Amino acid sequence: MSFAVGERVRVSAREHRGHHRTPGYVKGRVGTVERRHGAFTNPETRAYGESGLPERELYLVRFENGHVVSADIFEHWLEPA
Amino acid sequence: MSNDHDHDHPHEPIGHDGEPPAAARAQALEELLVEKGVITREAVRQGIDWLVSRSPADGARLVARAWVDPEFKQRLLEDARAAAGELGLDAGPSPKVVAVENTADVHHMVVCTLCSCYPRALLGPPPAWYKSLPYRARAVSEPQAVLAEFGVELQPDVELHVLDSTADVRYLVIPRRPEGTEDLDEEELAALVTRDSMVGVAEPAAPALSG
Repeated sequence: MSFAVGERVRVSAREHRGHHRTPGYVKGRVGTVERRHGAFTNPETRAYGESGLPERELYLVRFENGHVVSADIFEHWLEPA
Repeated sequence: MSNDHDHDHPHEPIGHDGEPPAAARAQALEELLVEKGVITREAVRQGIDWLVSRSPADGARLVARAWVDPEFKQRLLEDARAAAGELGLDAGPSPKVVAVENTADVHHMVVCTLCSCYPRALLGPPPAWYKSLPYRARAVSEPQAVLAEFGVELQPDVELHVLDSTADVRYLVIPRRPEGTEDLDEEELAALVTRDSMVGVAEPAAPALSG
């Protein structure tokens, strides 16, 4: 799924056993796409000796809660909000 | 390779639930990878050699050039890897480096909450505090307090923007050019650009008073 800069997105709150790069403190939260970084290999499979293909889009997502924190989140953790 | 445990009294390595300490695990992995022909000892040595040969002076050159050359700054913001290449700097093996600019309106601060991602190619190895659990947790939960402990008090109208480098991007902060530096040349400016200012937990050094 592809998102545009400025689009509101929700980070999936699902559990994921094994290596992944979605920090717990943003799971379930709604943020705004701030940058599109392009596509990168998937660390969730690459970590186990696989190719990491197909590549996944990586987004900088902005979360506001008194202060602003942005984190890089892969597309398969995001859904429209 | 090191357990990032750096102080002045000796004791046995602190283990985690019976797991061997990180250094022992790293060594065992290296032995195995060498034995299986995946890597060579020479390649490991070269990798370490390259890493420790990088220093914040490289990043500082980029920042100083950006301060004196607005067009270069624009290119740095658009594609930090290519801009670094213009100065003969190798932005390293991580896929993407993104430079962000501190302004009168926004102050960026970088953390890696999941591990210790850091623009090593441009800043050298990260400081111990950057890898510490308290910094990694508090930089996203109470960044103002962390900044204050580093001695930075932002004006109330400045937005504090924390960047958590959770994946394939490494962030480099272009700090604000200090006032009173209009007469300094690029080399003198680079000397003011500290490591911590490029992580966003400090302002650049103040220029020495001339007189």
